[in-house]
Amino acid sequence: MAGEARYLAAGEAALVVEFGDAIDPAINRRVRELCLAVDRDTPEGVRDLVPTYRSLLVAYDPRVTTFDALRARLAGLEAGLAHTPAPPPRVVEIPTAYGGEFGPDLAFVAEHNGLTPDDVVAIHAGTDYLVYMMGFSPGFTYLGGMSERIAAPRLKTPRTACPAGSVGIAQQQTGIYPVESPGGWQLIGRTPVSLFDPSRRPPVVVEAGDSIRFAPVSLDEYARIQDAIRRGAWTLRVREKTA
Amino acid sequence: MKAIDVLDGGMMTTVQDLGRFGYQRYGVPTSGALDQFALRAANRLVGNPEGAAALEMTAIGPRLRFLAPATIALTGADLQARIDGQALARWESAAVEAGATLSFDGPQDGIRGYLAVAGGIDVPPVLGSRSTYTRSKLGGLDGRPLKAGDTLDVGGERPALLGGTLRLPEAERPVYGHAHELRVVLGPQDDRFTARGIETFLSSEYRVSPQSDRMGCRLTGPTIEHLRGPDIVSDGIPFGAVQVSGDGAPIVLLADRGTAGGYTKIATVIGPDLPRLAQAAPGDTVRFTRVDLDQAYAAVREQERRLASIAPAGPAPDRARLLKVAAAVAAVSARLR
Repeated sequence: MAGEARYLAAGEAALVVEFGDAIDPAINRRVRELCLAVDRDTPEGVRDLVPTYRSLLVAYDPRVTTFDALRARLAGLEAGLAHTPAPPPRVVEIPTAYGGEFGPDLAFVAEHNGLTPDDVVAIHAGTDYLVYMMGFSPGFTYLGGMSERIAAPRLKTPRTACPAGSVGIAQQQTGIYPVESPGGWQLIGRTPVSLFDPSRRPPVVVEAGDSIRFAPVSLDEYARIQDAIRRGAWTLRVREKTA
Repeated sequence: MKAIDVLDGGMMTTVQDLGRFGYQRYGVPTSGALDQFALRAANRLVGNPEGAAALEMTAIGPRLRFLAPATIALTGADLQARIDGQALARWESAAVEAGATLSFDGPQDGIRGYLAVAGGIDVPPVLGSRSTYTRSKLGGLDGRPLKAGDTLDVGGERPALLGGTLRLPEAERPVYGHAHELRVVLGPQDDRFTARGIETFLSSEYRVSPQSDRMGCRLTGPTIEHLRGPDIVSDGIPFGAVQVSGDGAPIVLLADRGTAGGYTKIATVIGPDLPRLAQAAPGDTVRFTRVDLDQAYAAVREQERRLASIAPAGPAPDRARLLKVAAAVAAVSARLR
């Protein structure tokens, strides 16, 4: 598997633990495991953690600790990972209404790939997507695992506003707009689930290392879930990732 | 309690503290004051905890009216402050009366000024911080810069009234100027540049582009040569990272930077030198000097020493001189009796 982690200085107030330089679930799993280990047993002086596809950035207070001291502590945590396996990642179900007003580009994505809209939905909702990392904007998930059979180019002219919850496709990637924002992704559906809400703890419903499964719902179900969310009477369906 | 009326918001005045930590993993930038030395000093000068929320004012300051007496301090850029028309000194605390108006004539040295008020600017914390992140409308006053008609609250926890003026000694105050020497630690992707690329980066003069903002300071100048292209698999970005994208121009990423990105980072500006960059105006020049981690930690300690030098104003009272004055006063009053 992947070799030794590299510890790199990122200035005098952060270091990077680099597990590789590729988009690879095995590398990403090591990032998640070290991140969880640091959460459980946080070395003195650590201020924040940024897990990415293939590295963990550890921001620290240089008045409290140093690169060398922190490297030693983190290497210790890393060595201990073999005995304390991380909790299994979760698969979070994201109810999604495909097509129609919520997915104005579903027909284009289908046509582009010589499929019917139903085929596109079946393929898109038929697999688990690994959340490799979050970033770009609050609550945005970088997902891996979309089938090339439903890939589609970005819009020639980006929309000035994609509603929060819009589910889109851009090239080989799929993603969800956590808040309303401009964007050029082909929109195929929408979820009533709010992916980022700063008044919640945590403010997100999925984290790096989890997976997302899109679950097709009708417009009626969409409305019912939306209403239940408003009343605080709805819980996400979550299962443990197996295998 | 309502403490300050905003008569004019200025160019870009936002509420900032030391930043929002613990949520970068969800893609939430830290935000916070660009010039953290100035913010910390301003808070210390008014007796606040260092991380209290204050105002960051950019180039054209706001016009503010105080609704109640307040202890305030201005630090960072010299934006030429006036209280009811009278010049107001920076880097020392001042008492202002109810009804007083604070205004600014314009930037004289640096571009980002900080105003701390005893008690701290009281906006609701969002994810543990009062810092404003305008792009996502998070924190601060409704997630946006101040505008005319706003009213700011000041925290209820009034610090004990200070006996007198606190000040940062003259010798410890920064002078910003227009040529900025920034110390950097190389990495984390310095191995993705040619030796010539690194040499260019460390020996050239760069100029601050007008497209700079709280997210990053864009620089123009000699192209920095990559070893094999500018793209990496996305990686976390610390405050001060010097990113070099495909055009070979460096950009130093600041408080509102994205949490991660896919371009090579040649070096990181050390924390104690970030305030210089926060104060750099478009057209100013920037040079990078390489230091090692030990030198960087020494610079951190030196900055802490400067902050700790904040003390009550005026030289220690000279006992002999005081006695002489007292005797003179006694003589005069005896004559008047």
